[in-house]
Amino acid sequence: MSGKQLSAAYATRLGDNALVLGQRMIELVAASPELEEELANANFSLDYIGQARMFYTYAGDCEGNGRTEDDLAFQRPEHEYSNLLLVEQPNGHFGDSTVRSVLFESWYVLLLDALTRCDDAGIAEIAARAIKEVRYHLRHSSRWLVRLGDGTEESHARVQASLDDLWRYTGEMFSADALDEAMLKECRGPDLAVVEAQWRENVAAIVAEATLDLPGDQWMASGGKQGQHTEHFGYLLAEMQYLQRTYPGAEW
Amino acid sequence: MYESAQILEWLSHVPDPEIPVLTITDLGIVRDIDCSDGVTVSLTPTYSGCPATEAIEASVVAALEDRGVPGVRIKRVLSPPWTTDWISEAGRKKLRVYGIAPPERRDRPIACPRCDSSNTEIVSEFGSTACKASYRCVDCLEPFEYFKCL
Repeated sequence: MSGKQLSAAYATRLGDNALVLGQRMIELVAASPELEEELANANFSLDYIGQARMFYTYAGDCEGNGRTEDDLAFQRPEHEYSNLLLVEQPNGHFGDSTVRSVLFESWYVLLLDALTRCDDAGIAEIAARAIKEVRYHLRHSSRWLVRLGDGTEESHARVQASLDDLWRYTGEMFSADALDEAMLKECRGPDLAVVEAQWRENVAAIVAEATLDLPGDQWMASGGKQGQHTEHFGYLLAEMQYLQRTYPGAEW
Repeated sequence: MYESAQILEWLSHVPDPEIPVLTITDLGIVRDIDCSDGVTVSLTPTYSGCPATEAIEASVVAALEDRGVPGVRIKRVLSPPWTTDWISEAGRKKLRVYGIAPPERRDRPIACPRCDSSNTEIVSEFGSTACKASYRCVDCLEPFEYFKCL
């Protein structure tokens, strides 16, 4: 894989994670339990969509085939998306969405931090921009996890179930595939083993503060990075891509 | 051939679409002006998803066209990333007069932009735009917005 191809593929993957989580959060607009959370959710989803746009624009430039951010977002089928299975999981109840954010953002801040120091200047500068936002997201989602876990008997039980359900999607974040390895070797990208150790420590601390039990080692679902997604993802794309699929090239 | 100082002066009248009391030079998002081959203005976004980014680019082009500068090009630059430290001292004053408390470092109290009391409390970490939080002054009881430190 040449340098440009590597940059394009890796930036597309980063864009996919940001876009899919952003789209999931957009589904929650006007459905939050209170006004403050409504504003937080809308602002955060906007940050993710903005990050996706920057990663896709850069990916399109590296590819050199004239694909734009919109082409990458709206004209690729399911199996060409390489986002983590975790971010495509349905919103469920508020505790489910909160746990999904905590698990993903705990990983994403560490990944972005490593990327700010990688040799790919285009990815490094987007990472430097994005990490300032994601730190803030993580602070917010962690506080909610503590509030729910250390809340009532009902909220504790429900958010513990969310954590147990979503845990199986965390293994994929740390299993390096060929693209991760190429990024590490050729661009001094993130070492996922280092990220994992730090993630475990950070997540264990948040989960303990939330008086929840950390799930044990178990079978982990994977396939997102290779384009093998859970059944929920097709529905998300069908809604998100509807307009461009129906009226290809539509602009306004 | 244009002088970049002249272009900058013209840009210092272009308002931010979401906080019109600030100009884009107060905000500190004009990074470079290159007049060597036509005019290229380098701008940096505030937040990644800030919906004002495109509106600002269009208003820069329009403002310079009004002055007779043809074919203005816009370049988006990301590094170094924008933070609230880029807001000028003049910009901070304008924010305060407008009723928005300017960004403060974490350890410093947020002063009420109306009565200047530091006896204030946060109502919500989020506000009408991504860059603002909602506060209330405990002394004069007025609610106000705070430009978050980023």
